[in-house]
Amino acid sequence: MPELLTVLVYGLVQAAVLLLVALGFSVTFGLSGIPNFSHGGVYILSGFVCWFSLRKLGWPYPLAVAASVAVAAAVGLLVYAAVIRPVRRLVLAEVIATFAVGVAMLELFRWMGLVTYEFNLPPVVAGSVALGEVVVDAHRLVVVASAAGLGLALWWFGRATRTGLALRAMAQEEYTALSLGIREDRMAALSVVLGSALAAVAAVLVLPLGLISINLGYDAMLVALAVTVTGGTERTAGLVLAALLLGLATVVASVVIGPHWSEVVYLAAIVAVLAVRPSGILGRLKELEERV
Amino acid sequence: MTAPGAYRRERLDRGIKVRSDDIFALAGWAELVYLAGPRVAAAVLLLVFPLLRNWTGDYWQTVFLVAVAMMLAAVSWAFLENVGLVSLGHSLFFGAGGYLTAIAVLDLRLPPLLAVVCGTVVAAAGCGVLLGPVLRLRGVYFSLVTFALPLLFARVIEATKILGGTEGLAGIPGLGSLEARQYLLVVGLLVATFGLQRLLDSDYGLVLHAIRDNDLSVRASGIPVGWWKFGAVVVGALPATLAGAVLATHYHVVGMSAFALDYSVLPLTAAVLGGPGTMAGAAVGAALLVPLSELLRAFGTLRVVAYCAVLVLALVSVPEGLFSLVRRRYHQFERWVPL
Repeated sequence: MPELLTVLVYGLVQAAVLLLVALGFSVTFGLSGIPNFSHGGVYILSGFVCWFSLRKLGWPYPLAVAASVAVAAAVGLLVYAAVIRPVRRLVLAEVIATFAVGVAMLELFRWMGLVTYEFNLPPVVAGSVALGEVVVDAHRLVVVASAAGLGLALWWFGRATRTGLALRAMAQEEYTALSLGIREDRMAALSVVLGSALAAVAAVLVLPLGLISINLGYDAMLVALAVTVTGGTERTAGLVLAALLLGLATVVASVVIGPHWSEVVYLAAIVAVLAVRPSGILGRLKELEERV
Repeated sequence: MTAPGAYRRERLDRGIKVRSDDIFALAGWAELVYLAGPRVAAAVLLLVFPLLRNWTGDYWQTVFLVAVAMMLAAVSWAFLENVGLVSLGHSLFFGAGGYLTAIAVLDLRLPPLLAVVCGTVVAAAGCGVLLGPVLRLRGVYFSLVTFALPLLFARVIEATKILGGTEGLAGIPGLGSLEARQYLLVVGLLVATFGLQRLLDSDYGLVLHAIRDNDLSVRASGIPVGWWKFGAVVVGALPATLAGAVLATHYHVVGMSAFALDYSVLPLTAAVLGGPGTMAGAAVGAALLVPLSELLRAFGTLRVVAYCAVLVLALVSVPEGLFSLVRRRYHQFERWVPL
């Protein structure tokens, strides 16, 4: 059954990709309720920063990765301070403002003509590995490993560190958290910075699978949305499960129906989950307050 | 404690505003002109502009046509915003109007005017049905889905080559002359702006506003929120689908670009810049933005960046919108009073 094995392996890789791309958005949204739609823009921006420091400045790979994470975090902080804070708590204004920032970034890149074939990133590890009868390049395995690692790290961060506990406290019981001296503004800023930094990590790991293209930014928003809605924002496990399901479903859809149909899976998943289990597959229905 | 010599700004209604608020509105010409003046002036401006073709040239007449179409889309956005449905993908309505008109005229062989009418109405109803399953979502979640839908439509059309694929549907016959298209849109805009505002000020609008503010209590009053939202989406989509339909006959072609981001971001920007909540504000915003973006035409996609910059600036610095600002100056005066 080599086909089945191939589908399983590439489904797992796809799931890791989805999880990486979605983590930044869903961490911000889950922790502070800020729907940071500039996610896709920051994702592509960090890809370009990494590309620029590697290819133009000739920096070593780890330094380039660090630079792109740092730039993304700085942009996240800037977006929070300049755009999100003035409209904080006006949920729809937050959506519109961050959406505008994300679109502005992506269309600015398009206008600058950053759409040619020279924009590619090197894999973390070259070469390929044979898993039984399926040959996978080593970079894809690194993607899977780092997705699993990041998922675990976030889970640990949320449970074992003071900052993580404070962030989760804000998400769960805002007024109690405030009365315990947790600073709302600082936590919200931190959640946006964390989300943006995760977007950069995702960019460095996922973008080497192809060329850096502007439309990947819009795809990233769609993916982040699908995984977040499907998994719910309460638990990291929900996100992992959602990424696994969607990853397998997209690979199966592209094998069985056709390569372009994988995007339809995202929307079908969003609509189905929102209609049946509004707080996500592992949600505990607390989020019903978001829906009628 | 306040510092001595400190002042605060006080706003008071102008006398004529107070007089014209009730039956004394009919007391004299001054009150009548005060009330009707701005509305009539705007309507006359819209109706007269197409007649000035010799003076303005064809280019600006086309810009006018596009501007009115975008004003319709912005009005549509503002109406849905009043129900608490913030759309990030208004090009869905726009594209649906265009494609259905193209199908009506090319496949069903309807005459162009009938095709535009059918395309407009069927597209609005179709969008209502399409959005039906997600109408129970509130706030962000609804916006998220509307953001995804046009992207998805463009992708599906590209992948499956239905509806002409990437080439689009070409050869749509024009709808009469340029003037005919302009007047169709202008009449549509006037009806939409004043009609939808009227609708929102009526009891129907009261329920819609209540759904926006507290849908659970509306539901507790025994009003089926889902059906009201469905109705609001169909009615609110009509101006945008009309714009899409008429522009499709104007360009003689409708393609994937009808689902492009421009048509989602522009109505949104226009409504936020002009003044969210009012139909006229959205129309004013679009009327300001479209000529501005024509001047930026040479810069390609930088226009979208400019819209986004305007959008963020307007949200952060003039959250009430330009129209509301001007309207307040019209109705009220300010003075400094000591604290």
